[in-house]
Amino acid sequence: MSSHETHSVRGYIFVFLALIAGTVLTVWASFIRFGSAEINIAVALTIATVKAFLVVAYFMHLISERKMIYLVMGFTAFFFAALMGLTVWSLQPNSLIHI
Amino acid sequence: MDFPYIVEPRRDTGLYNAKLGIWLFLASEVMLFGALFSAYVLLRVGAEPGMWPHGWLNIPIGTANTIVLITSSITTVMAWVSCKERRYGRFKFFHALTILLAMTFVCIKSFEYHDKFTHYEVTLANGKFADGHLMERSKDFDLAKHTGSVTIHGYEVDNEADLMDLHRPEAKNIQREEITIPATEIKFMERYGPWHHTYLAIYFTLTALHAFHVICGAVVIGFLWGPGTKMWRTDPERFTNRIEVSGLFWHFVDLVWIFLFPVLYLL
Repeated sequence: MSSHETHSVRGYIFVFLALIAGTVLTVWASFIRFGSAEINIAVALTIATVKAFLVVAYFMHLISERKMIYLVMGFTAFFFAALMGLTVWSLQPNSLIHI
Repeated sequence: MDFPYIVEPRRDTGLYNAKLGIWLFLASEVMLFGALFSAYVLLRVGAEPGMWPHGWLNIPIGTANTIVLITSSITTVMAWVSCKERRYGRFKFFHALTILLAMTFVCIKSFEYHDKFTHYEVTLANGKFADGHLMERSKDFDLAKHTGSVTIHGYEVDNEADLMDLHRPEAKNIQREEITIPATEIKFMERYGPWHHTYLAIYFTLTALHAFHVICGAVVIGFLWGPGTKMWRTDPERFTNRIEVSGLFWHFVDLVWIFLFPVLYLL
């Protein structure tokens, strides 16, 4: 991590405020009926994903990390996506996976 | 014997040992929580129609805990910045705040758990259901012997399904009152523990595992704030690395909660 990053306090405060705003937005959106439960779930998870990106990218400095860390987290993202993909796939009526 | 790359990064990876170690550990943690989220999805989709609960948790309390954890994330990162700038006093201040916020989170969570363990669903002999928080249990209360009575603060419904969705418009009109029920009129009663419903089973599993992470993180941060600061005088660079590594773990704990909050409280 370069030294100039340590002084980006303003950036950290901006991320903090964005996370608070995201939390308020999530709660507000949960009281709105968008037409179907699926849309409500998609909205809540989209906001959560944006908040997660802010934490990982800026608080955990993944945005300026070394290649080795990207490699480790790339594998993790792949297996996590596979786990969630298989979970969703198993819910389809014509799925080859039966639960 | 001196271990290499404890402070200075390896030339090929650009990382010191602990940093690579914590990221590998976090990768395993992603899969651990990922498996539990997958279990949540399967349990929710597999529930009988209308039998998955909504509104069983207190949203203002959950929101407050989310803000507490987000605030602790910025105090952690500010503690690390303070170490980088060699400002020891500021580091102590920010990490003291982190520990206080962690304790606040655990206290609020304990309050929520207590609320659930004093909450009962009572199946009545007449086929109806009473639901509410236990106020009093008479000294001679014994469900098996049909003696005594219990008093709950809650309400009665005709169908168990009416207890599931507390977000539905009609649920706003529910009038809660003290109801005394003789044991002779009780067929079955059960508190809102993990055994009561699969939603509560996955709720307690996910939040207890998360709270365990919060407590472990707070213990490590507490050590680095207290006795661990000796290293600040002898090897400030290595100490700063420790703060960075513990901070990465703490941000991950925050990250997990960012998903737990909407999934368990709002959806």
